[in-house]
Amino acid sequence: MSKFKIKKGKESPGINTSSLPDIIFMLLFFFMVTTTMREVSYKVRMKLPDATQVQKLEKKSLVSYIYVGPPINKRLYGTNTRIQLNDQFATVDDIQEFVANDRQKRPEADRQKVTFSLKVDSDTRMGIVTDIKQELRKAGAFKINYSSHKARGKDYTRYMKSI
Amino acid sequence: MARKSPEINAGSMADIAFLLLIFFLVTTTMDVDTGITRKLPPPVEDNTDIKVKDRNVMKVLVNSHDRLMVDGKFIDISMLKKAAKDFMSIHPNNPDYPEIETKFIKPLNRELPTTKGVISLKNDRGTSYKMYIAVQNELAAAFSEMRDDLSMNLFGVKYDQLVNEDRIDGINEAVPIRISEAEPENIGGE
Repeated sequence: MSKFKIKKGKESPGINTSSLPDIIFMLLFFFMVTTTMREVSYKVRMKLPDATQVQKLEKKSLVSYIYVGPPINKRLYGTNTRIQLNDQFATVDDIQEFVANDRQKRPEADRQKVTFSLKVDSDTRMGIVTDIKQELRKAGAFKINYSSHKARGKDYTRYMKSI
Repeated sequence: MARKSPEINAGSMADIAFLLLIFFLVTTTMDVDTGITRKLPPPVEDNTDIKVKDRNVMKVLVNSHDRLMVDGKFIDISMLKKAAKDFMSIHPNNPDYPEIETKFIKPLNRELPTTKGVISLKNDRGTSYKMYIAVQNELAAAFSEMRDDLSMNLFGVKYDQLVNEDRIDGINEAVPIRISEAEPENIGGE
């Protein structure tokens, strides 16, 4: 007499998965469009400082990176602050060559527009940063960006445009 | 008579798409690059000191213990923005503050009083990068607020709400970001 009969031996219909590839492709395209390729594998640890007056770096193709911080592999490289250019450790003396090589790779029209983004660990001492800045000045690379995370507050991109 | 072609088995399509998806997830990053942009001065050939009147300069020093000194007085970082704003605002006929110069601002087509003040920033080799960025940030905040104030006075809207390019250029000209960094010197050691 029960209204709910216990069905036995009857298979439940399988979920239709024919649109699964479409969904996954959509996700795939989303990630392909919104993300950028990793430039290098980091050899130094960087905990970037926080700032409120940050601006976005508009064109990633016109940015070159200089990484500064303690090596990730402490056993092999110790704990002293090191500079990483491209995929390897470097010293302050290599920076001028790095800038020159970087210029060579770019089309002539873009060469003066390159921003050098300094990704420096927040516990670094300023001595090494000052040295890097001096080398960049000598190499004629004047546009720099102190990479830092955006702390709460409004977007200051517009304010800093005039620099 | 056309033969009916057998259908392609699309069952593994999802697996292929998943593989590609995972590949892109691993090899790419999504982080947006943000930071404080500054322009370095060109290298100086000879050490000719440019004479600037003492009253026009606000000296900001950061030592190797991350202590902050402004014009000979130790102050806390939370006070720096206020101090910088106060220094760079217009104080007519007050010898304690920088000189005032009435400038014709071309984009706005009017004359505005502007200050001759400069903020001179000097840090030690032992200063931590965190502190340096904090100081730069506070100084930038001071200039941002001054631009906001001037924009409020002239046009009644905040600086970042301006749409007219001439007005933006005019404010930029009336409140230029004047932070000068001293040539590095070795003082306190590493």
